[in-house]
Amino acid sequence: MTTNPTKTRPDAADRGGDVRLAGIGKTYGSFTAVHPLDLTVARGSFFALLGASGCGKTTTLRMIAGLEEPSSGTVHLGDRDVTALPPYKRPVNTVFQSYALFPHLDIYENVAFGLRRRGIRSVKKQVGEMLDLVQLGEQARRKPHQLSGGQQQRVAVARALINHPEVLLLDEPLGALDLKLRRRMQLELKRIQTEVGITFVHVTHDQEEAMTMADRVAVMNAGRVEQLGAPADLYENPRTTFVANFLGTSNLVEAEVDTRGGGDVVVKAAGGKLVLPGARCSAPAQAGGRVLVGIRPEKITLTHADDAGSVPEGRNRITGTISNTSFIGVSTQYVVDCAACPEFEVYAQNIDRDPRLVPGADVVLHWDPAHTFGLDAGQSVLAGTTGEAGTAGDGAA
Amino acid sequence: MATLTEAPPPPAPAAPEKAPPRRRGRRTPYWLLLPGILWLVVFFAAPMVYQASTSVQTGSLEEGYEVTWHFATYWDALSAYWPQFLRSVAYAASATVLCLLLGYPLAYLIAFRAGRWRNLIMILVIAPFFTSFLIRTLAWKTILADGGPVVDALGTLHVLDVTGRLGWTSGDRVLATPLAVVCGLTYNFLPFMILPLYTSLERIDGRLHEAAGDLYAKPSTVFRKVTFPLSMPGVVSGTLLTFIPATGDYVNASLLGSADTGMIGNVIQSQFLRVLDYPTAAALSFLLMAAILAMVTLYIRRSGTEELV
Repeated sequence: MTTNPTKTRPDAADRGGDVRLAGIGKTYGSFTAVHPLDLTVARGSFFALLGASGCGKTTTLRMIAGLEEPSSGTVHLGDRDVTALPPYKRPVNTVFQSYALFPHLDIYENVAFGLRRRGIRSVKKQVGEMLDLVQLGEQARRKPHQLSGGQQQRVAVARALINHPEVLLLDEPLGALDLKLRRRMQLELKRIQTEVGITFVHVTHDQEEAMTMADRVAVMNAGRVEQLGAPADLYENPRTTFVANFLGTSNLVEAEVDTRGGGDVVVKAAGGKLVLPGARCSAPAQAGGRVLVGIRPEKITLTHADDAGSVPEGRNRITGTISNTSFIGVSTQYVVDCAACPEFEVYAQNIDRDPRLVPGADVVLHWDPAHTFGLDAGQSVLAGTTGEAGTAGDGAA
Repeated sequence: MATLTEAPPPPAPAAPEKAPPRRRGRRTPYWLLLPGILWLVVFFAAPMVYQASTSVQTGSLEEGYEVTWHFATYWDALSAYWPQFLRSVAYAASATVLCLLLGYPLAYLIAFRAGRWRNLIMILVIAPFFTSFLIRTLAWKTILADGGPVVDALGTLHVLDVTGRLGWTSGDRVLATPLAVVCGLTYNFLPFMILPLYTSLERIDGRLHEAAGDLYAKPSTVFRKVTFPLSMPGVVSGTLLTFIPATGDYVNASLLGSADTGMIGNVIQSQFLRVLDYPTAAALSFLLMAAILAMVTLYIRRSGTEELV
């Protein structure tokens, strides 16, 4: 792709700014859709709002677009307070979940719609360039219903992007596409974002999509932001059980704090002792207090009980019995019944498979203590596990 | 878990040959169509043929009529009654425009703004149908009666001066003027405009309005560029459902009008039932039908509704 519409614009560099939400909240009668939250999206970044349906992420997006009036708080674009501006006066464009293409206009006129509303006469060059960017130049004179879902999705993106908004809002834009197309469009959207350098705010319930595309992710739950950070940071250092379970899979074991010193916390769980770095323990760990010890399934190594002696010193270890295995191809997923946790999940790469690791075999699970994290024991261990995303099987590949 | 030494599964049994499509039931649709077709033949096609033959007959009531292929009846009827033809089209067109102007805002309100009042307003729109067409039209006779409150108010506001100068009313009367006939037509056919308009407005995805607003369209522009174009199917069917019956109507003109406001329906009615000149009446009916067909075809072509989804 050689076209880059923004490069030709002299004001491209100083256009736009951060999106700043200050104490923004939304209530419907007695129901609070979004609890007052503060959020800053840096200019030019790809930001994802991630959460299960009904968590308030779309409402937050619609408040930025002006389609929903906040019950409290303000929306700033750069230094400008846009809270009171109607949608048609905001330098923001939205890609709607159902695309909302105008059925009575052809693709060309759909894309030209925003330019024409702003009184721009000669739209031909810009529309042509934009249709080329989304690779739909051939389809210009077709009606939306004559296009496939993926093509309609690209028209929706083109129709919004052509206005060079300060911020592009994407409301589950890939939700209606099948898995394969979704993967391709994820890369496509990321490519376009890098190319045009506009701030993208992307709403999705698909944790993998959020992690693939976004620079920063805000995980939302029940109208609140649970945690905000870079995808890898969220995955490695979840601070709540919801984030630990919603992003990938986590094994969570309830434990009692034994000692704390030298930067490490030692806990007792089901008779054994586990070590975790104090820096990765978000709970106030005092001796005698309770914490939830978490470990991701792919960090764990599985060794048959007969070879227990070969496990190096200094590793966290738990013994158990394999209760279930499933062969995925690149990896095998084991469910191990341990005293501390009846359904301990382990993902192992299929490099050298030990034929003795079948259901019923006694095993030792061991891992580097540095990979362990600690969470406040006051939360539900199961939070975030019933969502549509966060299913097992994604983390192993 | 399967090991690599396990034998491959036996090959799946060959899929049975696809059975030939069943022929039974292929005629069912035609049998289901039969009652409707019979109804149309007996009550539509047969009378049409009969009227067509009547229109080319000559003779008199006393001596009996005979088919003589006397097409001059058509020409004579047209040259004698063209003012009524034009008047019918003008009144029906005025009533249709008035229906559209009154009906569109109401249909819009019901579709997008009424909320929980939607059903109530719909019932109110249809409520007049619970009374007879004649009684409703007669009620307008009272409403527009000379010296009544409506006429008094219009006179005080000098509206009658303006309409009188335009030839729609005469003096300080509204009854027995073109205005009264058009008012009656508008009132009687308004629901036929509102219902299709409502149906097509209600089908518009609300997110299209949001999308247009998001793309810098002011509310008025959203209406002009999105809502109205998408409601065109309703506009077209509403105008047709109003215009066609209004052109052939004679009740409003005979109850609310005068001899000077006669429409083509009145002529046909009196030729059939009072003058008993059946050939002329039949010829006028066919001329009216041809005129309406021509106008409707032109209108549908122009409005290009087949382009709309």
